[in-house]
Amino acid sequence: MSDVQDYNSSLSDAAQSRKYETFSYLPPLSKESTRAQIQYIVDKGWNPGIEHTEPENAISNYWYMWKLPMFGETNVDTILAEIEACHKAHPKNHVRLLGFDNFAQSAGTAMVVYRGIAV
Amino acid sequence: MAKTYNAGVKQYRETYWMPDYTPKETDILACFKITPQDGVPREEVAAAVAAESSTGTWTTVWTDLLTDLDYYKGRAYAIEDVPGDDTCFYAFVAYPIDLFEEGSVVNVLTSLVGNVFGFKALRALRLEDIRFPVAYVMTCNGPPQGIQVERDILNKYGRPLLGCTIKPKLGLSAKNYGRACYEGLRGGLDFTKDDENVNSQPFMRWRHRFDFVMEAIHKAEAETGERKGHYLNVTAPTSDEMMRRAEYAKEIGAPIIMHDYLTGGLSANTQLAQWCQNNGMLLHIHRAMHAVLDRNPHHGIHFRVLTKVLRLSGGDHLHSGTVVGKLEGDREATLGWIDTMRDSFIKEDRSRGLFFDQDWGAMPGVIPVASGGIHVWHMPALVSIFGDDSCLQFGGGTLGHPWGNAAGAAANRVAVEACVEARNAGVEIEKEGKDILTKAAKSSPELGAAMDTWKEIKFEFDTVDKLDVAHK
Repeated sequence: MSDVQDYNSSLSDAAQSRKYETFSYLPPLSKESTRAQIQYIVDKGWNPGIEHTEPENAISNYWYMWKLPMFGETNVDTILAEIEACHKAHPKNHVRLLGFDNFAQSAGTAMVVYRGIAV
Repeated sequence: MAKTYNAGVKQYRETYWMPDYTPKETDILACFKITPQDGVPREEVAAAVAAESSTGTWTTVWTDLLTDLDYYKGRAYAIEDVPGDDTCFYAFVAYPIDLFEEGSVVNVLTSLVGNVFGFKALRALRLEDIRFPVAYVMTCNGPPQGIQVERDILNKYGRPLLGCTIKPKLGLSAKNYGRACYEGLRGGLDFTKDDENVNSQPFMRWRHRFDFVMEAIHKAEAETGERKGHYLNVTAPTSDEMMRRAEYAKEIGAPIIMHDYLTGGLSANTQLAQWCQNNGMLLHIHRAMHAVLDRNPHHGIHFRVLTKVLRLSGGDHLHSGTVVGKLEGDREATLGWIDTMRDSFIKEDRSRGLFFDQDWGAMPGVIPVASGGIHVWHMPALVSIFGDDSCLQFGGGTLGHPWGNAAGAAANRVAVEACVEARNAGVEIEKEGKDILTKAAKSSPELGAAMDTWKEIKFEFDTVDKLDVAHK
């Protein structure tokens, strides 16, 4: 059994155990990979949007919108700057980037870019 | 001028072979692959198939003259060679829409794959494709929720869903079974699944299973902060009993249930799908018995037809084959039927085995489920073939992990996310698959152990049911 590793996850250890969907099982996105993901959303023709929440309320469908979705915005730097601004204003919160697909009437993708501090 | 009655046997082609007929937009169209008995002309056999699957019988009857048979009859309107196979040919038949009860795939199949399949003038017969006119599509209930609604209910965006079929498929007690589900879900799966054979046997009655599995879901959700489900199989000996199990699943808060649409039957499936729509439940569909119908290239019903039938009858997930795993499925043909599950308009494309344009109107799509003999090394190919709107299901590939289900689940979750991240960044993931997984394993010992366990396993047998273009 010494070769078998324990799977470390529990109700009591939120920082270790709580996840937040796409890419939350990977290491945090680097600045470079965040840019690539923004570019992907732009290339898909989706509308970028930013939302944030206290980590303990992450299960809710409705996170706080950071301003409005950036309809028609295709400049990666502009979008990145908004993510940074949201993070700066809410440093303890999860900040997620979404790509809204208005044809599917659904998010095409959503990913947490800044991971909040779990309590 | 009114017709006169002449008793006796006429050749089918006098009535049912109409090469100049232009199909109407509202006609139901079918493509059959016909292997005739020796010496029977193609037009006669094609006309016979049109007749026997619509209004005709073997002899003229006087009551034919009481109706407008020329309107109601099926019309064989074209014949084509089958590429690479001289023993058979394609026949195209058009049926007026009023031959079929609204919203009843049962009725459509009873005509199109009924008596005609036992007809003596044929050595073999295969229904290759059906074009359902949008006028007929709109009479059917279709998938209870559809792909977008499922994503919204489960809060999963921008990646394939991940599942796992619990094994051993038979013999576990309900409490042990719930444990297997819990471990998979806490490790990062979105779904676990009842295997199709799990109904309500003496070793594990359905109600105990539902209770223990629901506790597993609740705990895994609280632990991970993500939404989870388990396909509770409500397939039952009677549709009353099926509905009883479905009602209980809803009562305990399960988000998704499951049905076997071929063995359970299409009436039961359509009933359950309508109930799911009215009750906010997702419906996962298994396809036991499909290979009996669809694997023989000369006889039976092609899976692309069974796919359309399910989308009309109703289901949110349908097993599609994996292309790369242990079960049969040619790549181009599979792409053809997964498009048929998901898209709203699919163009005729013979290179994918699609014989007709298919317009689904406003009907939601079905998520294809890839399951059967797949593991982490297949992940780059699966993400590339299936894209985001799919459910990738690893049974042995989760539960067989040397450290257990949670680690197996985490390995698959890390692998799928790594592939999606790389794909989004413009990497050719099938080509670079090994590098992507190796890099991801650096921060996931679970993935590393999975890669070591399964690296030699491949399933490279030739496909039995190939597309006809590939035969020679």
